[in-house]
Amino acid sequence: MHATTTSRASKVSEPAAVRWLLISVALAFLALFLLLPLAAVFAQAFDKGWEAYLAALHEPDTLSAIWLTLLTATACVPVNLFFGIVAAWAIAKFSFPGKSLLITLIDLPFSVSPVVSGLIYVLIFGLQGWLGPWLQAHGIRIIFAVPGIVLATIFVTFPFVARELIPLMESQGRDEEEAALTLGASGLQTFFRVTFPNIKWGVLYGVILCNARAMGEFGAVSVVSGHVRGSTNTIPLQVEILYNEYSYAAAFAVASLLALLALVTLAIKTLAEWKIQQGLSINENER
Amino acid sequence: MSIAIESVSKNFGQFAALNDVTLKVPSGELVALLGPSGSGKTTLLRIIAGLETPDRGSILFNGEEATKRDVRERQVGFVFQHYALFRHMTVFDNIAFGLTVKPKKSRLGKGEIRDKVNTLLKLIQLENLFDRYPAQLSGGQRQRVALARALAVEPQVLLLDEPFGALDAKVRLELRRWLRRLHDEIHVTSVFVTHDQEEALEVADRIVVMNNGQIEQQGTPSEVYDRPATPFVFDFLGNVNLFQGRVHEGTMKMGGMELASPEHAASNDLPAIGYVRSHDIEIERFAFDASSIEAEVRYILSVGPLVRVDLALLGGEESIEVDLPRDVADKLSLQVGEKVFARPRKMRVFTHDYQI
Amino acid sequence: MGSFGTKNTVLPGFGPALGYTIFYLSIIVLIPLSALFFKTATLTWDQFLVAVTSPRVVASYRITFGAALFAASVNAVFGVLTAWVLVRYRFPGRKLIDALVDLPFALPTAVAGITLASVYSPNGWLGQWLEPRGIKIAFTPLGIMVAMIFIGLPFVVRTVQPVLEELDQEVEEAASCLGANRLQTFYRVIFPTMLPAILTGFALAFARAVGEYGSIIFIAGNMPMVSEITPLLIITKLEQYDYAGATAIATVMLVASFVLLLSINLLQKWSRRFAE
Repeated sequence: MHATTTSRASKVSEPAAVRWLLISVALAFLALFLLLPLAAVFAQAFDKGWEAYLAALHEPDTLSAIWLTLLTATACVPVNLFFGIVAAWAIAKFSFPGKSLLITLIDLPFSVSPVVSGLIYVLIFGLQGWLGPWLQAHGIRIIFAVPGIVLATIFVTFPFVARELIPLMESQGRDEEEAALTLGASGLQTFFRVTFPNIKWGVLYGVILCNARAMGEFGAVSVVSGHVRGSTNTIPLQVEILYNEYSYAAAFAVASLLALLALVTLAIKTLAEWKIQQGLSINENER
Repeated sequence: MSIAIESVSKNFGQFAALNDVTLKVPSGELVALLGPSGSGKTTLLRIIAGLETPDRGSILFNGEEATKRDVRERQVGFVFQHYALFRHMTVFDNIAFGLTVKPKKSRLGKGEIRDKVNTLLKLIQLENLFDRYPAQLSGGQRQRVALARALAVEPQVLLLDEPFGALDAKVRLELRRWLRRLHDEIHVTSVFVTHDQEEALEVADRIVVMNNGQIEQQGTPSEVYDRPATPFVFDFLGNVNLFQGRVHEGTMKMGGMELASPEHAASNDLPAIGYVRSHDIEIERFAFDASSIEAEVRYILSVGPLVRVDLALLGGEESIEVDLPRDVADKLSLQVGEKVFARPRKMRVFTHDYQI
Repeated sequence: MGSFGTKNTVLPGFGPALGYTIFYLSIIVLIPLSALFFKTATLTWDQFLVAVTSPRVVASYRITFGAALFAASVNAVFGVLTAWVLVRYRFPGRKLIDALVDLPFALPTAVAGITLASVYSPNGWLGQWLEPRGIKIAFTPLGIMVAMIFIGLPFVVRTVQPVLEELDQEVEEAASCLGANRLQTFYRVIFPTMLPAILTGFALAFARAVGEYGSIIFIAGNMPMVSEITPLLIITKLEQYDYAGATAIATVMLVASFVLLLSINLLQKWSRRFAE
């Protein structure tokens, strides 16, 4: 009854003074721990002015780090996207024993320390590792080279798309797909014409987070990269090197690129969340 | 405790939920607020409970001003439409809640609380389910727990918002009879909100029919059913047929048919609508008098003890529904397509200025 | 899962989809992780014990787990407060703040690390105020906690928020009709409903903080025995080509994450116990 919903929060709420006190404390906490560090990135990046900022970004080493980061993300996001959709299809649309275990295992990379994530690849492909001697004999470098960086990044970004799509597709059920099949659609037609339009914002959400992590991963990549300037440095590693060389302005200039990426990610994520919410509430109204 | 509502108004933004409502609920009565959604009945209930504050007007409990009194001090028991049980508490803890939040000095001892809750559990016939969580109960059981929880604090007034709205038909029927018996036992002043006329007619001592934030009529169930004060009440309670016509010096004329309408003796050829309940119409093979109207049988449908006959009035587009007792229908043995005469036994005529 | 039957469905592709899922999961996650245990298994028990219980390693556990516990507790308190304020109250900028809460998820850890270090360094924005008052944050264990609070901030907020949103206003109205005051309503009715979510968020923030590397090393000072975290120690061992040592410590970390993951799953199961 609309009369009651519009009147909410009037009688059973805290006195105004308590409300404002709580809001102030929460905002102060967030300002201190979120806004201040974010502002500091940009303040420090432009500390020496626009020209120094642009010059720092034009460094050849920085440019090659940007290139490698883009390459890594381009390699990681599609494979994890494909995996995420396939896994969500199997898990959300069918029931089978061991399902919750499978979901837990897919989430596993989130709970592993990034440093350990890098280490396990060193243990397999490193000189002392399982495949190390064989790889060396055939002149293939994985650790301290680009393939190692890509592998470690795939590991840490593994769950993003899947864990976004599984609950979304579960909540949508499988009525629409079954309807499409009874109308004579093939499996692939069903997926592309019925399932995908329903999950496209969820896909975007997963992809954008996966991409942000792929471009920003530090710990795992740091273990496998070998920090070779101009060849195996990603943007975050370049930030570390510049910072440790006390080129603060340059370090923050490069870091500001990543901070900008984070802000864009948040904006797209908020949009996607809003769209997903809309889609779900439309579904609800139809029921 | 008696409740008096005096000229209460309440707006939500542009929407006038209640418009100058005045109502008295005598002590010990069971009153139904009946109306369609948006009629203001739930708002009125929440204002009595103190969950809303009226914009104007006042609420008196036992003649004492209570408009500004806090929810917690009103001693009202409120049963919510969706029960609002505390889902992390067992049935026992839910019922005991109101007793355990009392200030230390007026709080009962542990043992007394236990006895009291057990008595209530017996009353709602759920003694064996005391350690269940709400999620483990059926809708009807949850409803009874919500009621027991409200009764535990011995409220002066019991308020119920659509108490049977979320239940399936059979449970609803059982539970409302149970509520009626319960009220006969404990006699606490009770107000419940419903949009189901049958529920109101069966359970309440008195019915208050609401529409558009105002009270259309109040009275005993038979008063509002047999003597509806307005076309709205006529329409909202029971099945009704409408006859368009004109009223002139105490006679209602529709097509070729004429009917006495003494309450409109002073009217001079005004457009009017006659309201006739579907069970207040006779079907006959011959015209009885001027009030008989020729019609054709369109459908015949048996509904339990009644037979519903759809008639198309001859010489017009209109059709009417007639409910006949089964034995009467059997005696008539009507056929579809047959020409018959319909004769209203009782008609209420409203001239157009009364329009809904 | 309401409409989700247990019977099989006519939808196609289950076999290939599940097969690919398990295959890809195995080669990317399970086999590499098992490498860690196989490598550890080549150590003798004594070697393992020495590697994981040397004083410097034990000191790093104490710092890592202690700081993570502290940071997760701070996040539990302020996370509940933030979620409450975002769900219950309306104020200008609320939507923007709501979106920004996820910043620590989106901001690369290295960036968080250097910016926190610069803000809290002796001549940084906050450091210059705190330092003269005798509060040193950068390059001390306090700095580790600050970084951990930053990266764990969204977890409690994001687990508690949906619970608060779903909490029916009627339940609170029912409590006050029954005579409970606002405080009683909070701790008898609202808080127990939130508790599983708070604990889940706490465990998630704790798990994240324990494994965190990038945002901490810049602010921590990395002094052995004082402000050296366990993940950093793994890297140090690797750089010294002490693969056995690094692996042994990593195994301890991994087991710790498994235990945390398990308890998070149990917590979530527990939180669904009253669900209808």
